[in-house]
Amino acid sequence: MAHSKLTTIGHSASVQWRVIHALLMREILTRYGRHNIGFLWLFVEPMLFTTGVTLLWTLARSVHGSNLPIVAFALTGYSAVLLWRNMPSRCIGAIEPNLSLMYHRNVRVIDIFLARLILEGGGATISFVTLSLFYISIGWLDPPEDILTIVMGWLLIAWFGASLAIFLGALSEKSELVEKIWHPLSYLTFPLSGAAFMVDALPAEAQRYVLYVPMVNGVELVREGYFGAHVHAHYDIPFLITCCSVLTLLALAQVTVANREITPE
Amino acid sequence: MIRLENVHQVYPTRSGDRVVLNDISFDLDRGEKVGILGRNGAGKSTLIRLVSGAERPTAGKVTRNMSVSWPLAFGGAFQNSLTGLDNVRFISRIYNQRTEHNIDFVYDFTELGSYLREPVRNYSSGMRARLAFAISMIIEFDCYLIDEITAVGDAKFYEKCEEELFGKRKDRAMLIISHDLEYVRLHCQRFAVLHEGDLVFYPNFDEAHEAHLRNLHIGEG
Repeated sequence: MAHSKLTTIGHSASVQWRVIHALLMREILTRYGRHNIGFLWLFVEPMLFTTGVTLLWTLARSVHGSNLPIVAFALTGYSAVLLWRNMPSRCIGAIEPNLSLMYHRNVRVIDIFLARLILEGGGATISFVTLSLFYISIGWLDPPEDILTIVMGWLLIAWFGASLAIFLGALSEKSELVEKIWHPLSYLTFPLSGAAFMVDALPAEAQRYVLYVPMVNGVELVREGYFGAHVHAHYDIPFLITCCSVLTLLALAQVTVANREITPE
Repeated sequence: MIRLENVHQVYPTRSGDRVVLNDISFDLDRGEKVGILGRNGAGKSTLIRLVSGAERPTAGKVTRNMSVSWPLAFGGAFQNSLTGLDNVRFISRIYNQRTEHNIDFVYDFTELGSYLREPVRNYSSGMRARLAFAISMIIEFDCYLIDEITAVGDAKFYEKCEEELFGKRKDRAMLIISHDLEYVRLHCQRFAVLHEGDLVFYPNFDEAHEAHLRNLHIGEG
């Protein structure tokens, strides 16, 4: 009994992986096509973004309240923003253009989201790693102190971004307000997200509140991994994990609702 | 077998809920071909969507013990910016099929040649129909859903489709919707009329036809 259940789950997993793979290939071709550098845009685009911001901040001699080199600061901060912000942006309104795929019974709403999340998360990650290696190789950046902490911080930000993305993506099927509100909201939360400051540089009173913003905890973790003892990072991992778990539950519930309510053309 | 039990479908509209299907039950057995007549907006396509599983009924139950196709010749699943071949590859991946084999078949059947390497958005509607039909034929199903297929392509292609569907696959179940009454009469054994949410089966085509004509002209006399 237990064995046959496992086989069923194994079979379902292989079907789902097949579908996600097919959607991934389709998404890559649709978005990047076969022109010029094709799917390399997946990470060249975020790299351009991050490089631009790094240059701007360097030129403006941005005040960030620590003695860290501005390149390192911009790279860690802006890469993290791309990670949690692009996932929801790509998932909001993702169902509508793919409604006709629902005629293929193996394709479910969640697969459409997962394919886009893998693409978006992958692009942001490759961009972050490539730029890090590049800056390290030309001597603008010291190699990170503790890679595992970076990975943990990065994965937690990705989890946050992914669950937020699925939640908003499924909700946007019900109301266009989600899309309208997400744009200004994602802009307004940018300065609060920890990308442009270290928590340690804030007044003690503000520190307490700013850690209630989930992304801030993740960015601080990434920076601790990068700079080790050079910075004094503030974060609350259990709080961040709780936020992500709650958001994941809400997201899955909303996907169930979307599954029930969608009407293909 | 496919079994619909007390299926209700309600859509919210500006002027309140609209009942499209009202307590519909019927069975479709293996190899059986059922034709459904109804005026525009009667809910025929809704019924097809529910049977295909792309949509769930508001209430009631749909059970499928055989594999069911997507509505045939329906081009909506194409990604317009992708080429014809990309679309074949996508479907092959989803259904775990050998891509190369399917590509050969599509080349052969559609006779679209090098157009298959062009984005679908550059296709004429006839070319689209050819591709859509060929893609529908690369996956084998126990039951085919046919929604207004007679609009497909030119006369020669029409013949090819007939052979592929009703020749090679004459042992399969089919649910056929068409405004081409002759087409329905030729290919089905059971006939039903969908009108104002109710699905009524008739013992033969002539009676179904008569009921359908009556429904078409309601309000005229």
